[in-house]
Amino acid sequence: MSTAADMDVNMDVNMEARRILAVSISKLYASRAQRGGLRLHRSLLLSLVMRSARDIYHSSSRDSEPHSGPSPPEEPMDTTSSVEPERTVSEPQPTSPSAQAATEEPEAEYERGASGDKENLSPAKQSRKRRGKTSAAPDFLPSKRARLEPGEERYAACCRSGHPESLTSLSLNRVISAF
Amino acid sequence: TSDGAAGPGPGADMQWCFSQVKGAIDDDVAEADIISTVEFNHTGELLATGDKGGRVVIFQQEIENKNLPQFRSEYNVYSTFQSHEPEFDYLKSLEIEEKINKIRWLPQKNAAQFLLSTNDKTIKLWKISERDKRPEGYNLKEEDGRYKDPNSITALRVPVLIPMDLMVEASPRRVFSNAHTYHINSISVNSDNETYLSADDLRINLWNLEITDRSFNIVDIKPTNMEELTEVITAAEFHPLHCNTLVYSSSKGTIRLCDMRESALCDKHSKLFEEPEDPSNRSFFSEIISSISDVKFSHNGRYMMTRDYLSVKVWDLNMENRPVETYQVHEYLRSKLCSLYENDCIFDKFECCWNGNDSVVMTGSYNNFFRMFERSQRRDVTLEASRENSKPLQVLKPRKVCAGGKRKKDEISVDSLDFNKKILHTAWHPQENIIAVATTNNLYIFQDKVN
Repeated sequence: MSTAADMDVNMDVNMEARRILAVSISKLYASRAQRGGLRLHRSLLLSLVMRSARDIYHSSSRDSEPHSGPSPPEEPMDTTSSVEPERTVSEPQPTSPSAQAATEEPEAEYERGASGDKENLSPAKQSRKRRGKTSAAPDFLPSKRARLEPGEERYAACCRSGHPESLTSLSLNRVISAF
Repeated sequence: TSDGAAGPGPGADMQWCFSQVKGAIDDDVAEADIISTVEFNHTGELLATGDKGGRVVIFQQEIENKNLPQFRSEYNVYSTFQSHEPEFDYLKSLEIEEKINKIRWLPQKNAAQFLLSTNDKTIKLWKISERDKRPEGYNLKEEDGRYKDPNSITALRVPVLIPMDLMVEASPRRVFSNAHTYHINSISVNSDNETYLSADDLRINLWNLEITDRSFNIVDIKPTNMEELTEVITAAEFHPLHCNTLVYSSSKGTIRLCDMRESALCDKHSKLFEEPEDPSNRSFFSEIISSISDVKFSHNGRYMMTRDYLSVKVWDLNMENRPVETYQVHEYLRSKLCSLYENDCIFDKFECCWNGNDSVVMTGSYNNFFRMFERSQRRDVTLEASRENSKPLQVLKPRKVCAGGKRKKDEISVDSLDFNKKILHTAWHPQENIIAVATTNNLYIFQDKVN
């Protein structure tokens, strides 16, 4: 049973995790404009922090809910990438890094969902085809011009609307497709 | 090196004095002037620095002063050259920075000096040679180089070499390129003096110093599926004595020792050095602060030292499960990791170095502080490189950071530390107690106090 005090701590942890996620996302965006290209080491470290923050955020969200119902509604899938909808289950074992920034693989990759996602994943959907290549070029694919504003706008809008679930799902998807 | 070579052990008795500072005085630092690497050569007579602008500056110890103890650490500019230029990779639409990531000297074999310098993608072998004579009295050419009319030559003479002002020339003798997909973080010359390694985030290549058009890949940690990437290589070094042995550190805080005799591809390590994580220290950032930023063998080859964000660890090569010594560089930062993440300082890559007889280790910190740890006496000291303490032979006063509670006089509180002033690169003369400490754009040289 969670007490009121536990709920408070949970809220704090929740806020902290959200803040760290926000900071991490802006760092990932900024690193696209860096001279010398994306740094694999730095991107890996950022993704580790984001993954911890996301896991803690989701587990503290879950704990503070009166009941653990079905997953919150997902953001519509980005038509320009093959990113699967973000899942909310936090695993005891870390899943693969959410963002990998290989300098030789700038196209969109996505994170495998946790094992509990199978209900929503049909074998056909598990296709790893990178649809991002064939679709119209979105404004946040790595390009010579650094278009940070749209991503930041979307993020800010998300914050204001106060949809924490959409925040995490939106942000990681956007981040991943940025690579 | 022998025990007496580096002079008396530092201990708490040792005091350090300012000797020189190189670089501009302006507070407004030009980005190209940011020092990115510092390295003494094998005798300590030469000191090389590389900067973000792709330049290498070599300082030479004044020989006349070598026998005057208090002036023996006077270094003057010997050679300056542009090692790397910015490049553009058209295929990936990426700029390749000219910043010099590492310089490594080759042991001297003849009159010339050789060093390897590398940026993110290309390694170059530079020859630095002195010219103090020039030929005069050619038969076919005038002094200014114009060719004479052959009909005007009536006699033959032998050209002679006449003295001239010393000229130091740097010329690129080899360019080792196109072998790294990721960013090069380390180079290391083998004790066999024929080969060297270069390491990027995922691969380590072995080169022959004479051959530029091919290299052997000896370590490859790239997963078939990049989504499964969990760690990268952060530093690599050859053993100083055993030409078959190398180590590489990872972003997960592990070090792998590889023996090249075992197989051509050293993906399977011979030893894995890893200390179990302290569960009480777990935080959002514990993974990233355990990333090793530097690894250095001791001169005698029996130990190696690693630097992670908060500590320096000394490992006995015969013991894999934990380091034999751990030194806290700035433990007071552990509670500030979130701010350090936000201002990017948590990604700073500090280097570390041994003194000549492996009795002391040194590394940098923030606020232009640097730390020395004396191993046997377990004594440590914090010193500061600053223009305020740069009167000739001025003794450096030990500094102290107040982690919390009541701040004593002369202590600095953690919140007053300047995180823009960081010392990432330090070097220790291989034989003497002379150290080179790089702040953002200045190089400080200190020596031990002579009584």
